[in-house]
Amino acid sequence: MEEIWTGFIKAVGLITSFDPEVIEITRRSLMISASSCAIATTISIPLGSLIHFTSFRGKRALISVIQTLFGLPTVVVGLFVFILFSRAGPLGELGILFTPVIMVIGQVLLITPLILGLVISALSGVDKAVSETAISLGATRLQTAILTLKEGKFAVLAAVVMGFGRAFSEVGLALMVGGNIRGFTRTLTTTISLETSKGDIELSMALGIILLLIALSINITLNRLQQR
Amino acid sequence: MILVEAKNLTQRFGENTILTDVNLKVSRKEAFVIIGPTGAGKTTLLRILDLLDRPSAGSIAFSGIDITSSKRLRQSTRRRISFVQQKPIVFHMNVYDNVACGLRWRGVKETIIREKVMSVLELVAMHEYKDRNAKTLSGGETQRVAVARALVTDPEMILLDEPTANLDPISASKIEEVLTHVITEKKTTMIMATHDMSQGQRLADRIGVMIAGRMLQVGSPREIFISPQTREIAEFVGVENILPGIVTGRDGNLANIEVEKQNIEAISAYHEGERVYVLVRPEDITLSLSGESSSARNNLVGRIVKMVSVEPLVRIEVDCGFHLLALITNRSSEEMGLTIGKKVYCSIKASAISIIKRW
Repeated sequence: MEEIWTGFIKAVGLITSFDPEVIEITRRSLMISASSCAIATTISIPLGSLIHFTSFRGKRALISVIQTLFGLPTVVVGLFVFILFSRAGPLGELGILFTPVIMVIGQVLLITPLILGLVISALSGVDKAVSETAISLGATRLQTAILTLKEGKFAVLAAVVMGFGRAFSEVGLALMVGGNIRGFTRTLTTTISLETSKGDIELSMALGIILLLIALSINITLNRLQQR
Repeated sequence: MILVEAKNLTQRFGENTILTDVNLKVSRKEAFVIIGPTGAGKTTLLRILDLLDRPSAGSIAFSGIDITSSKRLRQSTRRRISFVQQKPIVFHMNVYDNVACGLRWRGVKETIIREKVMSVLELVAMHEYKDRNAKTLSGGETQRVAVARALVTDPEMILLDEPTANLDPISASKIEEVLTHVITEKKTTMIMATHDMSQGQRLADRIGVMIAGRMLQVGSPREIFISPQTREIAEFVGVENILPGIVTGRDGNLANIEVEKQNIEAISAYHEGERVYVLVRPEDITLSLSGESSSARNNLVGRIVKMVSVEPLVRIEVDCGFHLLALITNRSSEEMGLTIGKKVYCSIKASAISIIKRW
């Protein structure tokens, strides 16, 4: 108990003194997750609108598949990306394994189904009368889609925040394809995982607190959005 | 000149047939009102005319061009039409932007948009609300915004689905005022659905009566009111005395019709032995205490069985072998001292009766 308490005190010290390593890791974590979230959103909003507004065979099945991928195990994505980009793999020549770039690629694969699925349900949540009224008032398909996205903007934003949260808090993928290289690919989660096994409780705790605080603020944002 | 022509429209949803073989021709600048009870298929028809839904069968032509199947023509034609739905929704924006949407989507310049939006908001008396969040408006205000939004694009044709159905009387009369302006001043072609016969009469050049998915009768408001062609239409347009009878003989253009062993004379071309309905509007029945002074062909004697006062009128049900419902003013009822059980004469002119075929 004593040990945990001193660990906690030291952890708070690390945070309040703006320890350079803590700051650096936190910044990297945020950057990587934000990049992957931005890319996944850029893919998901147009694609989600396209899926929502067109009727085609197998649409329901496709949506089911997307929803199934919400819970995609991070290590499975990690394994897939690792095989694809390892020296001997089909994309090995790019030489991006164990770089922040591949971590972003992996996270995009991980969270795109989540954001995509939630964007589709955000659009379905908008009263059908909205798109009908728009069409009736002379909107083209694109104009109708933009209006519907605007009408469902809080649910769409919630989808983005959820995606960011998943990317930010996952560890398996970042560890497998990022390699947890100090000063290069180390993120909050991978550092906690490594430092804990090394016995460095203080740093882990400090990072854990930061992780929790950020996760908390994400959730508060999400809650506010969902109440709108 | 015909603006829109629908031929043999049929709409089915699964097992249910909502519209059956509906034909409709509406001329440019005409105000056409579809009346019919709830569930008659009025909304379904309007949705097809607004090109929101495709019919299961049949075709629609605009200005003589068939646009049923061409996607491109449907989009460009839709921009010439506006539709005010029964329960219009507004977007999460202020009133001004809600009304401006249609113009922005058409790529109109902001300066022109400003001018048009403000003028149409003034027309519906909503200009003071232009910065209000449209979601916070009352039902009547929302309806006015919906009408403004529909008018701002200067459509060639405006479709309205029960535009006053859920409104208080003041909001309803405001909307009617605006619609009157649109059809008389702007000469916009209008097709409106309503279940309110009197609203139809106030606004329509022609009325189409729709019952159970069929357009049963089309004609001037007066024609529909005076001579409904079927029992259902008669009931719907407020003919409250619908009496089954048989033609027993003819005398010139007059027919003798036996109703419950009583003889009724009416102007009709039906022949002896034909089964008919005798239609009499309650307001066409004159009540008196002695039948002698009446010049009317039909004088039926009976006893009052029921009186319901609906100021300033009173509805009086008289049993003269069959029940007749008469409508007179409360004042004349008092003057005659009418009470339940009292003997009265019901006088009906032969010309006030219409006769329809009974199948």
